[in-house]
Amino acid sequence: MELLSVSHLSVSFDEIAAIRNVSLSVRQGEFVALLGPSGCGKSTLLNAVAGLVEPDSGEIRLQGEVVRELRGRVAYMPQRDALLPWRTVLENATLSAEVSGRDKTEARERARELLPRFGLEGFGDSYPGALSGGMRQRAAFLRTVLSDREVMLLDEPFGALDALTRRSMQEWLLDLWNDLGRTILMVTHDVEEALLLADAVAVMTARPGTIKHREAVDLPRPRSADMIAAPAFIEQKTNLLTVLREELGEMGGRL
Amino acid sequence: MIDLARRDAVAERPSSRAFDIRSLTGWLIPAFLLALVIAGWELWVWIDDTPAWFLPAPSAVAEEAVSSRALLWEHTWTTLQEVLLGYAIALVVGIGTALLIAFSRIAERTVYPIIVASQAIPIIALAPILLIWFGFGMTPKIIVVVLLCYFPIAVNMADGLRAADSDALNLLRSMGASRWQIMRIVRIPSSLPYLVSGARIAAAVSVIGAIVGEWVGASSGLGYLMTRAASQFLTARLFAAVAISAVIGIALFAIVALIGRALVPWAKEGPGKRD
Repeated sequence: MELLSVSHLSVSFDEIAAIRNVSLSVRQGEFVALLGPSGCGKSTLLNAVAGLVEPDSGEIRLQGEVVRELRGRVAYMPQRDALLPWRTVLENATLSAEVSGRDKTEARERARELLPRFGLEGFGDSYPGALSGGMRQRAAFLRTVLSDREVMLLDEPFGALDALTRRSMQEWLLDLWNDLGRTILMVTHDVEEALLLADAVAVMTARPGTIKHREAVDLPRPRSADMIAAPAFIEQKTNLLTVLREELGEMGGRL
Repeated sequence: MIDLARRDAVAERPSSRAFDIRSLTGWLIPAFLLALVIAGWELWVWIDDTPAWFLPAPSAVAEEAVSSRALLWEHTWTTLQEVLLGYAIALVVGIGTALLIAFSRIAERTVYPIIVASQAIPIIALAPILLIWFGFGMTPKIIVVVLLCYFPIAVNMADGLRAADSDALNLLRSMGASRWQIMRIVRIPSSLPYLVSGARIAAAVSVIGAIVGEWVGASSGLGYLMTRAASQFLTARLFAAVAISAVIGIALFAIVALIGRALVPWAKEGPGKRD
């Protein structure tokens, strides 16, 4: 079943088109990676689905129903962790419950139970300033998961991390996604990350962005990080890089 | 980019004990320098045999402070009341204005530019006008203090309310948070470091406002005592009054700084530290 479907969506800022005529659908429990060069409008698409930007035209459906007010309907994770420095990890993680007026103590308890799964055991009452980059990002994930929304929108969740942390975080997310069975739409510009994590990869063209190409990822589940060395992985990666390179060529080699 | 060594580990910070020692030595050196200056001053007056009406020795100033402590206290109390009352009013009105600017787009377009522009007005110049309107009592001095303190508080806090992290704002919006929830959860807390720095500036200028207001025309207060002592060449008393006003200013500044640090423990060095 299609849980999220975007059809003919166009967004522009100051009359400059950011994305044009984008259609994309994500099935229940599916992990879709949105891949594209910097500045192609991937984040704009994500923001439109999060209800943060007003589209010029097109529609967004959740479970088949056209949604006008998307705010509060999907879980959104911004590019940087956006943890509030004056709130503890638990207070940050239960933000959504607080905003939507759900029981705060119950939410805190649930968050506390999940801390070990998020590598944050013993850090529930710590402030974000005391955490490492990877821990901060996992706290942001915890907050996103605790939004209790079917669809999770992740905007380059590992973009700010160093290469080693990023790889271990990707493996961690693989496991987590397996357990949670949530539907994820993730923006990334990292081909390996897209292939390692997602069921399907959608490639966006340069600005004004539109979906150029979509393909299923051939790797079996459960996956692990060593799969990046598998011949099938390398082949698909090479193909995707070729598709992306054409895109960069059209942008005049601008990265 | 995050440093590899810090990966998955608690960021290293100097222990609080080491910090305390450093801040203590940080105070000791300037205090020693100050003592040296005072000692040099004492010595100079003694060697040069400077007349007391021109430059009294620090010991003479201290002697005067003790012998006319009742008089000094009476005038200090007046000035202290003006400063504290003016400061408190400025704090309340300044925070109120900042919140109004943050809540209402109309206020942001009308009030905010006026406040920013009026910062360039030498408020002190209004003191004689206020004297004409409100007479020799405490009211015109309190108004000068309010005006001087109001602007840094209102402008800083308004800037702080606007400077909230855009990712955090988007996050809250995506959760369907109301304007008031966004204000309470993100904007107000992130404006606090700005408010604290505005309040520190205001603390520093508040005493100036009261003293100058009293110079212009008063029947009580340290500023009034200074002008009277100067006209009678009671220079030691003048110095004592100056020293007391300095102590008030420094004490208020220190108290505000301490409260500020307790209020925003996450912002160790004021606005802009985050990231």
